[in-house]
Amino acid sequence: MKILVPVKRVVDANVKIRVKSDGSGVETANLKLSMNPFDEIAVEEAVRLKEAGIASEVVAVSIGDTGCQETLRAAMAVGADAAIHVEADTATQPLAVAKLLQAIVAKEQPQLVICGKQAIDDDANQVGQMLAALLDWPQATFASRVQIAGGEATVTREIDGGLETLAMPLPAVISTDLRLNEPRYASLPNIMKAKKKPLATVSPAELDVDIAPRLKVVSVDEPSVRQAGKLVSDVAELVGMLRNEAKVI
Amino acid sequence: MAILVVAEHDNQQLKAATLNTVTAASLVGQDVDLLIAGAQCAEVARQAAQIRGVRKVLHCDAAHYADQTAENLAALILSVSASYSHLFAPASSFGKNVMPRVAARLDVAQVSEITAVEAPNRFVRPIYAGNALATIESDDPVKVVTVRATAFAAAEMGGSASVEPLSASPDVSKVRVVGRELTQSARPELGNAKIVVSGGRGLGNGEQYRALLEPLADRLNAALGASRAAVDAGYVPNDFQVGQTGKVVAPQLYLAVGISGAIQHLAGMKDSKIVVAINKDPDAPIFQVADYGLVADLFEAVPQLTAALAQ
Ligand SMILES: Cc1cc2nc3c(=O)[nH]c(=O)nc-3n(C[C@H](O)[C@H](O)[C@H](O)COP(=O)(O)OP(=O)(O)OC[C@H]3O[C@@H](n4cnc5c(N)ncnc54)[C@H](O)[C@@H]3O)c2cc1C
Ligand SMILES: Nc1ncnc2c1ncn2[C@@H]1O[C@H](COP(=O)(O)O)[C@@H](O)[C@H]1O
Repeated sequence: MKILVPVKRVVDANVKIRVKSDGSGVETANLKLSMNPFDEIAVEEAVRLKEAGIASEVVAVSIGDTGCQETLRAAMAVGADAAIHVEADTATQPLAVAKLLQAIVAKEQPQLVICGKQAIDDDANQVGQMLAALLDWPQATFASRVQIAGGEATVTREIDGGLETLAMPLPAVISTDLRLNEPRYASLPNIMKAKKKPLATVSPAELDVDIAPRLKVVSVDEPSVRQAGKLVSDVAELVGMLRNEAKVI
Repeated sequence: MAILVVAEHDNQQLKAATLNTVTAASLVGQDVDLLIAGAQCAEVARQAAQIRGVRKVLHCDAAHYADQTAENLAALILSVSASYSHLFAPASSFGKNVMPRVAARLDVAQVSEITAVEAPNRFVRPIYAGNALATIESDDPVKVVTVRATAFAAAEMGGSASVEPLSASPDVSKVRVVGRELTQSARPELGNAKIVVSGGRGLGNGEQYRALLEPLADRLNAALGASRAAVDAGYVPNDFQVGQTGKVVAPQLYLAVGISGAIQHLAGMKDSKIVVAINKDPDAPIFQVADYGLVADLFEAVPQLTAALAQ
């Protein structure tokens, strides 16, 4: 069984971004870029399924500029076998990403797609569900536990009220939540080996997908910032403030 | 221009976020319909008919909607979507699961987790963990939108919409729900509680979390929340997590206990009215957003606070 893992290159989770002063977007020049944390979890899960003998091959896909190739090498350094870079200059929106992935699925014929639940830059939380819809595959979003046996996936999902476990036949799309696993670090020898693994490039035109954005970004603005209030010296003062000044208790 | 709001419920009760979603939908136009799909959920449809601002309730009752699987709900929504210019749902784990499936089938973009409606085709939504606000315009024929509940007031009750039966779509789901572990709690729901008491890694473990924070929450009639670190370490279940990738809350009072204030955590609580932080590290970033900060050992301060509130 082949597993396809879409990985997005995003501004690192530890970097605090700034909004461009002309309101046209977010300043990303010279910032540290990394694999979307949920996608690291997705790669880890796929690699574990391979190590467990359930999957035979793990293919990572990234859509974006040439920097994506670094992210794909990172995926291969932790165990992905091969990678596909879909070259796109413009920031591709989730629907276009899902269509590109649909085209890749048609070529690669994976039995399972494991993606992140959300890219931490656009915070869209859409691609996995959209891809499942386009493929007419069942979906299991926000996964915290995945078991594959007998052509079926059993997935525990993190939902607002607690946990829910779904069973579904393969092929299927799974999106990862934070508690699914703890991604490993790449060892130096594996980083070296990853440089020799196959990395193919393809264009949206070759996949016959129109990636023109559907949503227009009118402006990007700074949110209002909370001001730091005051420090209180003890619990008695805190309670006094909450009762008499803030009047919230 | 008609707007369909996909209601969230558990076949017995409407979830509160549905009311906030109705308010957001009303900012687009007057003709707001509500879809109640479930199994033996007539009572929910009756409740929904009382929401002010709702024109009619579409009530679809069939066994294969009991579990609210994305596959079946999306198919049902698509069966009525031609009558609507907008399809709205709460940006909860429910809405996030279903709506992108609908959007993809309609070949339209989805606008996720909006915090403002500026025009029928123009919405504001936070990106980068709320560190930027994007104003987005959609020219797609149908706008598929999920709504951040805390950004809109709840619609009021006291209305009297008609309830119309809607025929079910065929059961298309290959998914079976084989288990559910729902957190049982007598406390207010985290998403719409007036007061939230949240604990982080500073609590040390689950026993200490419960021993310190439950009495405080009881005293304040508060919901309990947590940082990711506290959830990852198993102090509390996943549905306690507040933040960029957990729940977004905006209570009157948010008490952050032993939480450092990482950007991902702030993304989920910085719209709270009053924020209190208790942390022994005076440089913890949480103090930069706290209205009242107490630099103290939480193991001393929290019991004192609980006691002081009893007076
Ligand atoms: C993709 C991604 C998504 C994420 N999503 C979320 C999210 O949704 N929500 C979220 O919360 N985090 C999220 N995080 C994690 C976030 O970056 C932080 O790691 C997390 O919020 C830290 O939790 P914490 O504040 O409890 O722990 P820490 O940062 O370890 O802070 C513990 C605090 O407790 C204080 N403390 C310790 N002992 C005491 C004591 N005795 N008395 C008083 N104070 C004490 C310390 O001074 C410290 O400030 C995410 C991270 C990533 C990468
Ligand atoms: N440009 C991209 N390249 C590869 N995968 C992507 C891309 N954008 C999104 N994804 C995948 O889709 C998931 C959800 O993204 P989103 O719907 O944008 O929040 C991510 O965690 C990735 O797994």
